Amino acid sequence: MGGLPAGPVVPAEHDYQLWEKRVDALMVLCSSKRMFTVDELRKGIEALPPDAYDRMSYYERWITSICNALIHRGIISIEEVRGKLADIEQRPPETAGEKG
Amino acid sequence: MPHDEVHEHHHDHPHVHGGADHHPHRPDADDTLTYCRRLEIAVRELLIEKGHLTADEIRGAVERMDARGPHLGARVVAKAWTDPAFKVRLLADGTAACQEAGITFDQSTRLIVVENTPDTHNMVVCTLCSCYPRMVLGIPPDWYKSRAYRSRAVREPRAVLREFGTELPDDMAVRVHDSTADMRYLVLPMRPAGTEGWSEERLAALVTRDAMIGVTQAKAPDSVT
Amino acid sequence: MARFAAGEQVIVRRGNPPGHLRTPWYIRGKHGVVERLCGEFRNPEELAYGRSGEPKRMLYRVRFEQKHVWPDYAGPAGDTIDIELYEHWLDAAR
Repeated sequence: MGGLPAGPVVPAEHDYQLWEKRVDALMVLCSSKRMFTVDELRKGIEALPPDAYDRMSYYERWITSICNALIHRGIISIEEVRGKLADIEQRPPETAGEKG
Repeated sequence: MPHDEVHEHHHDHPHVHGGADHHPHRPDADDTLTYCRRLEIAVRELLIEKGHLTADEIRGAVERMDARGPHLGARVVAKAWTDPAFKVRLLADGTAACQEAGITFDQSTRLIVVENTPDTHNMVVCTLCSCYPRMVLGIPPDWYKSRAYRSRAVREPRAVLREFGTELPDDMAVRVHDSTADMRYLVLPMRPAGTEGWSEERLAALVTRDAMIGVTQAKAPDSVT
Repeated sequence: MARFAAGEQVIVRRGNPPGHLRTPWYIRGKHGVVERLCGEFRNPEELAYGRSGEPKRMLYRVRFEQKHVWPDYAGPAGDTIDIELYEHWLDAAR
């Protein structure tokens, strides 16, 4: 996006939450174990819908791309992800797995 | 693995919007499990169950991330200000000099240190994604990853610098570094006047993250107690 | 073996080939000077498709004048921008 018109730089920052740090950790660990390359993740993010940049946060885009890359590489399956998400929805929020 | 961040240059549509670059983030106290937060749990648990990762590895990676931050870069800058031979090594090979100073590199990326002088001011951006010298500064702030910064830092760096309160004279060249590949950049700010005889530790307190990205200069000595 | 040396004038290839690219659009077709050689790295355009990225490609840091990159650039003539570019995106200028 270098050179495109845009508004002022808002000096925003926030303390990263645990789930965001874990997404970062997944990227570092999976790529160092050669489950995918970071370039594959980048390509995956480019393939997200055009409004994804404004609709999703940084680590939301990132976990979406990580999940897609792992499916693409056959490391996890779509069925497994669906089953796991359904299982997580049934858990009480405080033990859903974020604290773990 | 050459890169450590993700980019979105596909969405290069011209798009003017004031201040909508930063994403609203829920405060830490809010435990609402959004879809993407559930996805993180799902992917993590599946990778552990299938034997690709362990919970300890993930905890370790998060701890290493938490341990890295601008204090590391500040230490390197202060050392360069007080040790001329170290500064020469730092500018010649940023990776080797930082390793010598005890900083670990767990990516294949390399560090280039660029020096601010009375003639030249350096400023770092990644227009393709959010490449950042994480080995010395930690995880980048939201604004560094924002559409506004990534779009404008290359085309109107002086206007962006002014928004950070940094006004530079026309006879000082602005040199922008777009980190598009395997190099990461750390700006070595100018040592503030009036700090003669200061210890490395005292000097390090003047070196802010933003000064090492190159959007500001090091703090004035009278700004710290 | 590097095709260009530090100080040499180069021009960035134009065009928009298919695939995943790490050459910003705004620098395509612009000419600059090789500032330094960064070494050889695996090709990200191949890595993005899950391939090896071999053979490695020479990576250069090229310096461009802002007034040349952006015809309406508002700053003084001495302002520059440095970008990392892989050898297969560069040609010798003239």
